[in-house]
Amino acid sequence: MPVPPVEIHDMTVAYHRKPVLWDVDIILPERKLIAVVGPNGAGKSTLIKAALGLVPLASGKVEIYGQPYARQRHLVGYVPQRESVDWDFPVTVFDVVLMGTYGRLGWIRRPGPRERQQAREALAQVALESLAERQIRQLSGGQQQRVFLARALVQDAQIYFMDEPFAGVDAATEQAIVALLKQLRERGKTVIVVHHDLQTVRQYFDYVVLLNMRLVDAGPTETTFTNENLQKTFGGRLTILEEAAEAVRLGKPS
Amino acid sequence: MTYLTWIVAIGTSLLGCVAGVVGSYAVLRRRALAGDLLSHAALPGLCLAFLLLGGRHFLGMLGGAFVAGLAGVALVTFMCRWTRTKEDAALGIVLSTFFGAGIMLSSYIQNMPGGGAKAGLETYIYGQAAGMIREDIYLLAVVSVLVLVVLVLFHKEFKVFSFDPAFAQAQGWPTLTLDIAMMGSLTLVTVVGLPSVGVVLMAAMLIIPAAAARFWTDRLERMLVLSGVLGAVSGAIGSLISAGAVKGWLGFDPFGGDEGANLPTGPVIVLCSTTVFLVSVLLAPQRGLLARSWNYFRLRAKTADENLLRTLFECAEPRLPTLVTVPWDELLARRAWSRARLFWVVRRAGWRNLVRRAPGGVQLTQRGLEQARRLVRAHRLWEWFLIHGASIAPDHVDRDADSIEHLLGPDLIAELENRFIAQRDASNAAQVLPNSPHELNVP
Repeated sequence: MPVPPVEIHDMTVAYHRKPVLWDVDIILPERKLIAVVGPNGAGKSTLIKAALGLVPLASGKVEIYGQPYARQRHLVGYVPQRESVDWDFPVTVFDVVLMGTYGRLGWIRRPGPRERQQAREALAQVALESLAERQIRQLSGGQQQRVFLARALVQDAQIYFMDEPFAGVDAATEQAIVALLKQLRERGKTVIVVHHDLQTVRQYFDYVVLLNMRLVDAGPTETTFTNENLQKTFGGRLTILEEAAEAVRLGKPS
Repeated sequence: MTYLTWIVAIGTSLLGCVAGVVGSYAVLRRRALAGDLLSHAALPGLCLAFLLLGGRHFLGMLGGAFVAGLAGVALVTFMCRWTRTKEDAALGIVLSTFFGAGIMLSSYIQNMPGGGAKAGLETYIYGQAAGMIREDIYLLAVVSVLVLVVLVLFHKEFKVFSFDPAFAQAQGWPTLTLDIAMMGSLTLVTVVGLPSVGVVLMAAMLIIPAAAARFWTDRLERMLVLSGVLGAVSGAIGSLISAGAVKGWLGFDPFGGDEGANLPTGPVIVLCSTTVFLVSVLLAPQRGLLARSWNYFRLRAKTADENLLRTLFECAEPRLPTLVTVPWDELLARRAWSRARLFWVVRRAGWRNLVRRAPGGVQLTQRGLEQARRLVRAHRLWEWFLIHGASIAPDHVDRDADSIEHLLGPDLIAELENRFIAQRDASNAAQVLPNSPHELNVP
């Protein structure tokens, strides 16, 4: 059996002592478009951030192709939420995309002609060549999202983690992103996307991870994205888990 | 002008340069007040080092200041994390507590028995560059060069970390180390700046040149260089003014100081860089106030021109191609303009040969007619789109179209046109201009 691209064992994550993910166990398949779906506060972004080592794990471990993330960074690309940065920062579109090559370059070395060429190609893939010299604040929301995608593309990874790439983008950008994701899958990549639009899950994704503080279910979309599972994910208020989490945060029984 | 004055000027301009560069990162990362905290928190460190070392030992005192400054920063971090104090409140509390302790210690030292060695501690509060000796300048130079070299070498790392820390961390950069390196540079620069600029105003050296530079450019590299240059220039000019050099140049002292009475350097430098900042706020292209108001007035003038042409066209439309004369009162009734404004708009349009005055009113010229036709087409296409594409009531669209049509680019117009052509019904297939969806009240 081949080594899975992402394997999460017994992951528990807490913010300010309040647990947001409990004992999550997932093995994700290769060459799939994977949606992470769940209600607000279900820990979707946290799952991605924990997999990338951006938030500490209370327990458990994450393996990328059988090795810890720290050793497999070069295989992973990341698209953070658009709101996570200051778009007034004095950099151009091209500068931001070029940042995707920094990880490969290592300390002190500067991007050269090869890296610039890669950045130009990535910009072409998201149809933003003409805006390369613009300051990033002058772009629309959809264009900003595509800048982040281009930056991830130059990372030239095997696995992509994307945090709400469809949030606040226009219909045209959404279609462009979907086409790009499918292209990535064709090239043998695995793409994990935090997704909030239930309407489009079936249409866009091969595989779903249903999350609500704990793993509800994970599997191929046709068999897993069922009404019953959605009921389990979004319905039932999970009061027991929530109360338990609140009690842990307060340090006393609720 | 003595040799020493020049040495001091070189020193303060070096300090201004490196403070401007380090401060740019602090400003961009919304850490502008960290410099203020560091410098105020450094004061008790200076005094304690003085007491421990039993005298004015420059390097030792700066070491004390460095440690105390970092202790202040650490305290704020802990207060935010472990108590429920918000960051700005924690900053205020730690800053004033450390500063208060520093003032108490320094007055205790002033009242200690024995000698002139204790004199001059108070210069650390407001800064007195003239008190610098050559060794101080050397230290300043070494620290400045060191910090600049680090910032240049690791520019790529600092850039990605400042813009998007989460992405930088996912890419494998040790973000904690980078953060500490930035904080350390900030602390070093602040501490070596204390003797010349003083505890109270050191933060301004970090913030003002960076904020001014941001107005002139949208590129990080240019901003860093510009901020360094602005800081250096303010530092040099400030210290020269403070040393009384202005009197040497002008023949009199505009600040009316007595012979030998130096102005404190810190405030003069800060006022110099504030002047630079104000000039930037006013004059910078794009972001400056003048450029922005100029753009605003140009848009207003363009809007007025276009409204005039469109109104004239709509009045003339029924009897085209004859160009009728539209009476003044008719124009006034249709646009909410004062008489003076109408005359002014007509005169401006006349200069460009778009309209001509006729007895009793105004007339479009042939050139004006062409332009008006284009404008009306854009206006009606937009109205048509609002009704059919955005489901807005026909009696609302005129005003809505009014506010947006002056901003429509040629691409958008072409797009609207295509949609219009695609959707109009067969009966008016030859129609190039949509009919106005509302009553035009043509006389």
